[in-house]
Amino acid sequence: MTAATAKAPEPPGKAPAKTHPSGDNRFKMLEATMKRHQYQADALIEVLHTAQELFGYLEMDLLLHIAHSLKVPPSRVFGVATFYHFFSLKPQGEHTCVICMGTACYVKGAGDLVAAVERACGIKAGETTSDGKVSLITARCLGACGIAPAVVLDGRVAGYQTPETLTETVKGWLS
Amino acid sequence: MDLSDLIEIANKENAARKPRVIRCCTAAGCLSQDGQALKKALEDAVEAAGLGNEVEVIGVGCMGLCSQGPLVQIDPDGPLYEKVAPADAPAVVASLKTNGSARGKGSAGPKVGDPNIPFFTKQVPIVLENSGKINPERIEAYIAAGGYQALCHVVREMQPLDVCELITDSGLRGRGGAGYPTGLKWATVAKTEADRKYVVCNADEGDPGAFMDRSVLESDPHRVLEGMAIAAYAVGASQGYVYVRGEYPLAISRLKTAIAQARRLGILGTGVFETRFDFRVDIRIGAGAFVCGEETALMRSIEGQRGTPRPRPPFPAARGLWGYPTVINNVETIANVPTIVRKGADWFAGIGTEKSKGTKVFALAGKITNTGLIEVPMGTPLRTIVEEMGGGVPDGGKVKAVQTGGPSGGCIPANRFDTPVDYESLAQLGSIMGSGGMIVMDEKDNMVDVARFFMEFCMDESCGKCVPCRAGTVQIHHMLTQIREGKAQPEDLEKLRELCDMVKQTSLCGLGQSAPNPVLSTLRYYRHEYDAYIQGKAHEAAEEVNA
Repeated sequence: MTAATAKAPEPPGKAPAKTHPSGDNRFKMLEATMKRHQYQADALIEVLHTAQELFGYLEMDLLLHIAHSLKVPPSRVFGVATFYHFFSLKPQGEHTCVICMGTACYVKGAGDLVAAVERACGIKAGETTSDGKVSLITARCLGACGIAPAVVLDGRVAGYQTPETLTETVKGWLS
Repeated sequence: MDLSDLIEIANKENAARKPRVIRCCTAAGCLSQDGQALKKALEDAVEAAGLGNEVEVIGVGCMGLCSQGPLVQIDPDGPLYEKVAPADAPAVVASLKTNGSARGKGSAGPKVGDPNIPFFTKQVPIVLENSGKINPERIEAYIAAGGYQALCHVVREMQPLDVCELITDSGLRGRGGAGYPTGLKWATVAKTEADRKYVVCNADEGDPGAFMDRSVLESDPHRVLEGMAIAAYAVGASQGYVYVRGEYPLAISRLKTAIAQARRLGILGTGVFETRFDFRVDIRIGAGAFVCGEETALMRSIEGQRGTPRPRPPFPAARGLWGYPTVINNVETIANVPTIVRKGADWFAGIGTEKSKGTKVFALAGKITNTGLIEVPMGTPLRTIVEEMGGGVPDGGKVKAVQTGGPSGGCIPANRFDTPVDYESLAQLGSIMGSGGMIVMDEKDNMVDVARFFMEFCMDESCGKCVPCRAGTVQIHHMLTQIREGKAQPEDLEKLRELCDMVKQTSLCGLGQSAPNPVLSTLRYYRHEYDAYIQGKAHEAAEEVNA
């Protein structure tokens, strides 16, 4: 990599990528991350991580903006964003319930937990309630097998769940 | 920074240690059960009891016995408390004054654990030697435990090829599952001429049911950095990456802290230990793709691409990251390195079996009394691990099988439990060593369902690049569903086996090549359960199990 390409690109003529027309401050923070990686295409996944952290999910516009800034084809950005499970292209609900479906949790009844939340919320795993309150997500393995079955409720890991305790928590969110 | 500086830091750290120490587990398992509040409560209780000068509370990494967490250990020689609640803190601290136990009359206070159960006594800690003992967020604690002396010795006194030879002599093999000799891998990269080389630590622990790597990173991150730096010196690399799962935020944060601390002391960065060897480590965070545990897919992911594998050869040792020679080792493999350097190849080769040297860390989970992490010498019989150390199925149930190697492994029935655990023996049973997850299943678990569970996993995680894996996993899953629903014909089992063989033989990478293993191994040992569904007797079989 030569010094010339490593530098921040300056698009000729057009408005520089530094600010976003929307004036949204989060774009500035996203910009900082891209700058730290010297706008290299290799940093795409790191940039997507930051973008999702800032915006909660990866909107079409946001992906196009990243493609433009890193000078990669939108197809590659979409390809990467849709390949990895961690990236979400849809907004999440106000509350999230992640149920671990790793082997240890599975043999200890994680399937029943999913069914219980699906029943309580009237949604399927991977969906968000129509009022935008609760998202139900299944995870591959949290590595918290010692406290199986484990769930993550709004970012907090909780172990030894039963369909009853979990339904109660989720119903509390819905009301 | 040199050896005398390390010793000075160690002495200072040891001198500052208070006479009594309360070790409180702050690894992810215990933290999720109010571990942080417990640590705070213990600190407050020490303050309130006016013991601030004699007693200190330290947050340590994983103590192993996760099912009894949060765990608290009193040093020196004090009791081990299990399932400690923040409300128990005053009693724990009060017991320090009397040298008694915090366990009150009746069942008040925390449970006192027995450190002499086989779960603890049968372990031989190498990778986990500091886990649960030191504060993972202080480099001084690692140095006080003898850390970074191996790296200092290597970069100052040894030639790179001698380091490769030392590792070859030790007999260390890759702990990610495949068991490739580590020294050989290093020597290949070391002997390749290139402008740049890389060292990658594979911490994309995707096997569901495995949490060894998470625990090592959370409990002793400096050990991994030291191992990586030794590898880098041996092969001539100056840049390293740790590719860690996004699902492990605590591991990522502790690793970041560790890198910053090591850089500040001149142990990483430019001029490691004031030599001409430079080594920089960066973290790359995975984004939830199981296939990225495969080395070529992992490299694509570090390069910011979709994590799709490519055919090997060329192996990463010849053409790795950005086309440069790259060493890729699993966390546990790397974590063995500093100790091998410190204690010698012969010492390491003296542990384990003829072909599998050293120890292996296993994550025990599922229907087992003592869930948690154990480290045992290679060649330990499965029975010792599952029944003695693990304590069997809780509530008097019967162990039916143990699943090793995650979606790439197989189920080993209880009547084969006398098999010693090493790479070759497990392969003979149709499973694999894998990264070390062991899920225990009891009589209530239905093996057709288990096979279907893993196939669903592989179907979802197939990257889609090669047809046998992309289409084959879908078809196998479909056939298993048909069997499960009683819609299959007797000849379908033969078809299923043929399809499994085809996917195994023709897939591009390890994911597809091993995806049929759970099906094949359950077909091998639990054929009658498949037959029962086909003959429509599943209902009776289920009743028999429940009876």
